[in-house]
Amino acid sequence: MSLGDAGDGLRVRPYAITGGRTRAATEVPIEAIVYRTPKGEKAVSSMSLERRQILSILASPQSAAEISARLRLPLGVARVVLGDLVDEGFVALNTRSASGRPDLRLLERVLDGLQAL
Amino acid sequence: MASKPSDMVVSPDEATSGGPMPVKIVVAGGFAVGKTTFIGSISEIEPLTTEAALTKVSEGVDDTSKVATKTSTTVAMDFGRITLGDDLILYLFGTPGQDRFWFMWDELVRGAIGAVVLIDTRRLEECFPAVDYFEENQIPFVVGMNCFDGQATHSPDDVREALAVSPDTPVLLIDARERVSTRDTLLELVQHALVRATA
Repeated sequence: MSLGDAGDGLRVRPYAITGGRTRAATEVPIEAIVYRTPKGEKAVSSMSLERRQILSILASPQSAAEISARLRLPLGVARVVLGDLVDEGFVALNTRSASGRPDLRLLERVLDGLQAL
Repeated sequence: MASKPSDMVVSPDEATSGGPMPVKIVVAGGFAVGKTTFIGSISEIEPLTTEAALTKVSEGVDDTSKVATKTSTTVAMDFGRITLGDDLILYLFGTPGQDRFWFMWDELVRGAIGAVVLIDTRRLEECFPAVDYFEENQIPFVVGMNCFDGQATHSPDDVREALAVSPDTPVLLIDARERVSTRDTLLELVQHALVRATA
Protein backbone atom coordinates (compact mmCIF):
# COMPACT_ATOMS: atom_id res chain seq x y z
CA MET A 1 0.00 0.00 0.00
CA SER A 2 1.40 3.33 -0.99
CA LEU A 3 0.68 6.26 1.22
CA GLY A 4 1.09 8.59 -1.74
CA ASP A 5 -1.62 6.83 -3.70
CA ALA A 6 -4.37 9.25 -4.65
CA GLY A 7 -7.61 7.27 -5.02
CA ASP A 8 -9.11 6.87 -1.63
CA GLY A 9 -5.96 8.21 -0.09
CA LEU A 10 -7.88 10.40 2.29
CA ARG A 11 -8.91 7.31 4.13
CA VAL A 12 -5.43 5.89 4.23
CA ARG A 13 -3.04 8.75 4.42
CA PRO A 14 -3.86 9.82 7.95
CA TYR A 15 -1.87 6.87 9.19
CA ALA A 16 1.15 8.58 7.70
CA ILE A 17 0.84 10.90 10.68
CA THR A 18 1.44 7.95 12.94
CA GLY A 19 4.27 6.49 10.91
CA GLY A 20 1.95 3.69 9.88
CA ARG A 21 1.36 2.57 13.44
CA THR A 22 -2.18 1.66 14.36
CA ARG A 23 -1.50 1.46 18.09
CA ALA A 24 0.36 3.61 20.59
CA ALA A 25 2.08 2.40 23.72
CA THR A 26 -0.61 4.09 25.77
CA GLU A 27 -4.16 3.00 25.06
CA VAL A 28 -6.56 5.90 24.91
CA PRO A 29 -10.16 4.85 25.50
CA ILE A 30 -12.65 6.49 23.14
CA GLU A 31 -14.31 8.34 26.04
CA ALA A 32 -11.11 9.30 27.89
CA ILE A 33 -11.04 13.01 28.66
CA VAL A 34 -7.81 14.52 27.43
CA TYR A 35 -6.29 17.69 28.82
CA ARG A 36 -3.08 19.59 28.30
CA THR A 37 -0.27 19.47 30.77
CA PRO A 38 1.76 22.65 31.45
CA LYS A 39 4.41 21.15 29.19
CA GLY A 40 1.78 20.73 26.46
CA GLU A 41 0.60 24.30 26.83
CA LYS A 42 4.09 25.63 26.33
CA ALA A 43 4.76 23.39 23.37
CA VAL A 44 1.71 24.17 21.20
CA SER A 45 3.39 26.47 18.70
CA SER A 46 6.43 24.27 18.18
CA MET A 47 4.43 21.18 17.27
CA SER A 48 3.72 19.57 13.92
CA LEU A 49 0.35 20.36 12.36
CA GLU A 50 -1.77 17.54 13.72
CA ARG A 51 -0.30 17.77 17.17
CA ARG A 52 -0.73 21.52 17.19
CA GLN A 53 -4.37 21.15 16.16
CA ILE A 54 -4.97 18.68 18.95
CA LEU A 55 -3.23 20.77 21.59
CA SER A 56 -5.07 23.87 20.39
CA ILE A 57 -8.57 22.43 20.75
CA LEU A 58 -7.56 21.09 24.13
CA ALA A 59 -7.93 24.61 25.48
CA SER A 60 -11.08 22.85 26.69
CA PRO A 61 -10.46 19.32 27.91
CA GLN A 62 -12.48 16.85 25.87
CA SER A 63 -12.80 13.20 25.00
CA ALA A 64 -10.77 11.34 22.41
CA ALA A 65 -14.01 10.88 20.44
CA GLU A 66 -14.64 14.63 20.34
CA ILE A 67 -11.09 15.35 19.26
CA SER A 68 -11.40 12.81 16.46
CA ALA A 69 -14.73 14.20 15.28
CA ARG A 70 -13.81 17.88 15.49
CA LEU A 71 -10.49 17.47 13.67
CA ARG A 72 -11.94 14.89 11.26
CA LEU A 73 -9.19 12.50 12.16
CA PRO A 74 -10.18 8.84 12.00
CA LEU A 75 -10.57 7.59 15.53
CA GLY A 76 -7.71 5.11 15.26
CA VAL A 77 -5.32 7.81 14.10
CA ALA A 78 -6.40 10.24 16.80
CA ARG A 79 -5.87 7.61 19.46
CA VAL A 80 -2.34 6.83 18.30
CA VAL A 81 -1.36 10.51 18.22
CA LEU A 82 -2.97 11.07 21.61
CA GLY A 83 -1.22 8.02 23.06
CA ASP A 84 2.11 9.43 21.90
CA LEU A 85 1.28 12.83 23.39
CA VAL A 86 0.51 11.12 26.71
CA ASP A 87 3.79 9.21 26.63
CA GLU A 88 5.70 12.40 25.93
CA GLY A 89 3.94 14.28 28.72
CA PHE A 90 2.13 16.87 26.61
CA VAL A 91 -1.35 15.71 27.54
CA ALA A 92 -2.87 13.60 30.28
CA LEU A 93 -6.02 11.52 30.55
CA ASN A 94 -8.93 11.31 32.87
CA THR A 95 -10.32 7.87 32.46
CA ARG A 96 -11.58 4.97 34.42
CA SER A 97 -8.73 2.54 34.48
CA ALA A 98 -10.59 -0.71 34.75
CA SER A 99 -12.54 -2.43 32.06
CA GLY A 100 -15.07 -3.40 34.71
CA ARG A 101 -18.44 -1.78 35.16
CA PRO A 102 -18.59 1.47 37.11
CA ASP A 103 -18.87 0.98 40.86
CA LEU A 104 -21.96 1.70 42.94
CA ARG A 105 -20.84 5.11 44.02
CA LEU A 106 -20.25 6.25 40.47
CA LEU A 107 -23.59 4.83 39.33
CA GLU A 108 -25.33 6.74 42.10
CA ARG A 109 -23.64 9.96 41.02
CA VAL A 110 -24.81 9.36 37.45
CA LEU A 111 -28.31 8.70 38.71
CA ASP A 112 -28.32 11.92 40.73
CA GLY A 113 -26.95 13.86 37.79
CA LEU A 114 -29.60 12.56 35.40
CA GLN A 115 -32.38 13.23 37.89
CA ALA A 116 -31.22 16.82 38.18
CA LEU A 117 -31.48 17.40 34.42
CA MET B 1 -12.15 25.67 31.35
CA ALA B 2 -8.43 25.65 32.03
CA SER B 3 -6.51 22.51 31.50
CA LYS B 4 -5.35 20.75 34.57
CA PRO B 5 -1.79 21.08 35.80
CA SER B 6 -1.37 17.51 36.70
CA ASP B 7 0.52 14.48 35.62
CA MET B 8 -1.17 11.74 33.73
CA VAL B 9 -3.96 10.33 35.79
CA VAL B 10 -5.46 6.96 35.25
CA SER B 11 -7.58 6.75 38.30
CA PRO B 12 -10.24 4.30 39.35
CA ASP B 13 -13.73 5.67 39.65
CA GLU B 14 -12.75 8.98 41.18
CA ALA B 15 -11.03 11.77 39.35
CA THR B 16 -8.00 12.76 41.33
CA SER B 17 -6.79 15.50 39.00
CA GLY B 18 -9.88 17.62 39.50
CA GLY B 19 -10.90 17.10 35.89
CA PRO B 20 -14.19 15.48 34.95
CA MET B 21 -14.50 11.71 34.90
CA PRO B 22 -16.10 10.25 31.78
CA VAL B 23 -18.74 7.56 31.87
CA LYS B 24 -20.52 6.13 28.88
CA ILE B 25 -23.68 4.45 27.77
CA VAL B 26 -23.98 2.61 24.48
CA VAL B 27 -27.02 3.13 22.25
CA ALA B 28 -27.66 0.16 19.98
CA GLY B 29 -30.31 -0.98 17.56
CA GLY B 30 -30.95 -1.61 13.90
CA PHE B 31 -30.68 0.76 10.98
CA ALA B 32 -32.71 3.98 11.20
CA VAL B 33 -34.29 3.03 14.48
CA GLY B 34 -33.63 6.41 16.03
CA LYS B 35 -30.22 6.11 17.69
CA THR B 36 -28.97 9.51 16.57
CA THR B 37 -32.33 11.10 17.35
CA PHE B 38 -32.21 9.59 20.82
CA ILE B 39 -28.69 10.87 21.42
CA GLY B 40 -29.48 14.28 19.96
CA SER B 41 -32.57 14.73 22.12
CA ILE B 42 -30.47 15.01 25.27
CA SER B 43 -26.92 15.79 24.18
CA GLU B 44 -25.62 19.25 25.02
CA ILE B 45 -23.65 19.23 21.78
CA GLU B 46 -24.96 18.45 18.31
CA PRO B 47 -24.27 14.74 17.91
CA LEU B 48 -20.79 14.36 16.49
CA THR B 49 -19.60 11.62 14.21
CA THR B 50 -16.29 9.90 14.53
CA GLU B 51 -15.02 7.55 11.90
CA ALA B 52 -12.95 4.46 12.22
CA ALA B 53 -11.24 3.72 8.93
CA LEU B 54 -10.92 0.17 7.77
CA THR B 55 -8.62 -0.41 4.89
CA LYS B 56 -7.84 -3.62 3.14
CA VAL B 57 -5.81 -4.28 0.07
CA SER B 58 -7.34 -6.71 -2.38
CA GLU B 59 -6.09 -8.05 -5.66
CA GLY B 60 -7.86 -6.65 -8.66
CA VAL B 61 -10.17 -9.20 -10.22
CA ASP B 62 -9.94 -7.56 -13.59
CA ASP B 63 -7.32 -9.39 -15.65
CA THR B 64 -6.22 -6.32 -17.51
CA SER B 65 -5.24 -4.64 -14.29
CA LYS B 66 -2.97 -6.84 -12.31
CA VAL B 67 -2.85 -4.06 -9.82
CA ALA B 68 -3.84 -4.42 -6.26
CA THR B 69 -6.74 -2.18 -5.41
CA LYS B 70 -7.47 -0.67 -2.11
CA THR B 71 -10.88 -0.66 -0.66
CA SER B 72 -11.69 1.25 2.40
CA THR B 73 -14.74 1.46 4.51
CA THR B 74 -15.46 3.75 7.31
CA VAL B 75 -17.49 2.98 10.33
CA ALA B 76 -19.32 6.04 11.49
CA MET B 77 -20.32 6.36 15.09
CA ASP B 78 -22.47 9.16 16.40
CA PHE B 79 -22.10 10.31 19.94
CA GLY B 80 -23.27 12.97 22.33
CA ARG B 81 -22.32 14.43 25.68
CA ILE B 82 -24.20 15.25 28.88
CA THR B 83 -22.42 17.12 31.67
CA LEU B 84 -23.64 15.76 34.99
CA GLY B 85 -21.77 18.17 37.22
CA ASP B 86 -18.29 19.65 37.46
CA ASP B 87 -16.63 16.30 37.69
CA LEU B 88 -18.75 13.92 35.67
CA ILE B 89 -19.52 13.71 31.96
CA LEU B 90 -21.76 11.10 30.41
CA TYR B 91 -21.08 10.16 26.80
CA LEU B 92 -23.66 8.38 24.68
CA PHE B 93 -22.19 6.32 21.87
CA GLY B 94 -24.34 4.99 19.04
CA THR B 95 -23.15 1.65 17.71
CA PRO B 96 -22.16 1.33 14.09
CA GLY B 97 -25.21 -0.06 12.36
CA GLN B 98 -23.71 -2.96 10.51
CA ASP B 99 -23.05 -6.25 12.23
CA ARG B 100 -19.70 -6.68 10.56
CA PHE B 101 -18.30 -4.00 12.79
CA TRP B 102 -18.56 -6.06 15.95
CA PHE B 103 -14.95 -5.38 16.78
CA MET B 104 -15.92 -1.78 17.51
CA TRP B 105 -18.53 -2.93 20.00
CA ASP B 106 -15.95 -4.48 22.29
CA GLU B 107 -14.26 -1.13 22.52
CA LEU B 108 -17.52 0.74 22.99
CA VAL B 109 -18.84 -1.41 25.81
CA ARG B 110 -15.55 -1.62 27.73
CA GLY B 111 -16.26 0.01 31.06
CA ALA B 112 -19.70 1.24 29.96
CA ILE B 113 -22.56 1.62 32.43
CA GLY B 114 -24.70 -0.38 30.05
CA ALA B 115 -26.69 -0.11 26.87
CA VAL B 116 -30.01 1.06 25.52
CA VAL B 117 -31.30 -1.17 22.74
CA LEU B 118 -33.72 0.77 20.56
CA ILE B 119 -36.24 -1.24 18.63
CA ASP B 120 -38.85 -0.70 15.99
CA THR B 121 -41.51 -3.34 16.59
CA ARG B 122 -42.10 -3.62 12.82
CA ARG B 123 -38.48 -4.77 12.43
CA LEU B 124 -37.93 -6.46 15.73
CA GLU B 125 -35.44 -9.01 14.41
CA GLU B 126 -32.93 -6.26 13.71
CA CYS B 127 -32.17 -5.90 17.38
CA PHE B 128 -31.55 -9.61 18.02
CA PRO B 129 -27.77 -9.38 17.45
CA ALA B 130 -27.48 -6.49 19.91
CA VAL B 131 -29.55 -8.26 22.55
CA ASP B 132 -27.47 -11.43 22.11
CA TYR B 133 -24.26 -9.46 22.35
CA PHE B 134 -25.19 -7.67 25.58
CA GLU B 135 -26.51 -10.84 27.18
CA GLU B 136 -23.39 -12.81 26.29
CA ASN B 137 -21.13 -10.07 27.59
CA GLN B 138 -23.28 -9.47 30.66
CA ILE B 139 -23.78 -5.82 29.89
CA PRO B 140 -26.80 -4.33 31.67
CA PHE B 141 -29.31 -3.13 29.09
CA VAL B 142 -32.82 -1.82 28.70
CA VAL B 143 -35.00 -2.12 25.61
CA GLY B 144 -36.61 1.05 24.31
CA MET B 145 -39.54 0.63 21.92
CA ASN B 146 -39.40 3.74 19.82
CA CYS B 147 -42.97 4.75 19.06
CA PHE B 148 -42.64 6.63 15.81
CA ASP B 149 -46.24 7.64 15.50
CA GLY B 150 -46.84 8.03 19.18
CA GLN B 151 -48.67 4.73 19.31
CA ALA B 152 -47.47 1.43 20.61
CA THR B 153 -48.39 -1.45 18.38
CA HIS B 154 -47.24 -4.01 20.92
CA SER B 155 -47.12 -4.13 24.68
CA PRO B 156 -43.78 -4.23 26.48
CA ASP B 157 -44.64 -7.70 27.74
CA ASP B 158 -45.20 -8.96 24.18
CA VAL B 159 -41.85 -7.55 23.18
CA ARG B 160 -40.09 -9.02 26.22
CA GLU B 161 -41.48 -12.39 25.28
CA ALA B 162 -40.59 -12.04 21.60
CA LEU B 163 -37.04 -11.08 22.51
CA ALA B 164 -36.83 -13.80 25.17
CA VAL B 165 -35.02 -11.43 27.52
CA SER B 166 -35.03 -12.01 31.25
CA PRO B 167 -38.11 -10.84 33.17
CA ASP B 168 -36.09 -8.22 34.99
CA THR B 169 -34.89 -6.55 31.79
CA PRO B 170 -36.75 -3.24 31.52
CA VAL B 171 -38.74 -2.84 28.30
CA LEU B 172 -39.93 0.72 27.88
CA LEU B 173 -42.12 2.70 25.53
CA ILE B 174 -40.11 5.69 24.47
CA ASP B 175 -40.14 8.61 22.09
CA ALA B 176 -36.57 9.16 20.96
CA ARG B 177 -37.36 12.76 20.00
CA GLU B 178 -38.30 13.76 23.51
CA ARG B 179 -35.64 14.80 25.97
CA VAL B 180 -37.62 13.73 29.02
CA SER B 181 -38.32 10.33 27.53
CA THR B 182 -34.65 9.89 26.75
CA ARG B 183 -33.61 11.00 30.21
CA ASP B 184 -36.07 8.56 31.81
CA THR B 185 -34.75 5.76 29.62
CA LEU B 186 -31.20 6.50 30.78
CA LEU B 187 -32.38 6.67 34.39
CA GLU B 188 -34.03 3.28 34.00
CA LEU B 189 -30.79 1.85 32.65
CA VAL B 190 -28.67 3.27 35.46
CA GLN B 191 -31.12 1.96 38.03
CA HIS B 192 -31.05 -1.43 36.35
CA ALA B 193 -27.24 -1.37 36.38
CA LEU B 194 -27.30 -0.48 40.09
CA VAL B 195 -29.58 -3.40 40.85
CA ARG B 196 -27.34 -5.69 38.83
CA ALA B 197 -24.26 -4.37 40.61
CA THR B 198 -25.70 -5.02 44.06
CA ALA B 199 -27.16 -8.41 43.20
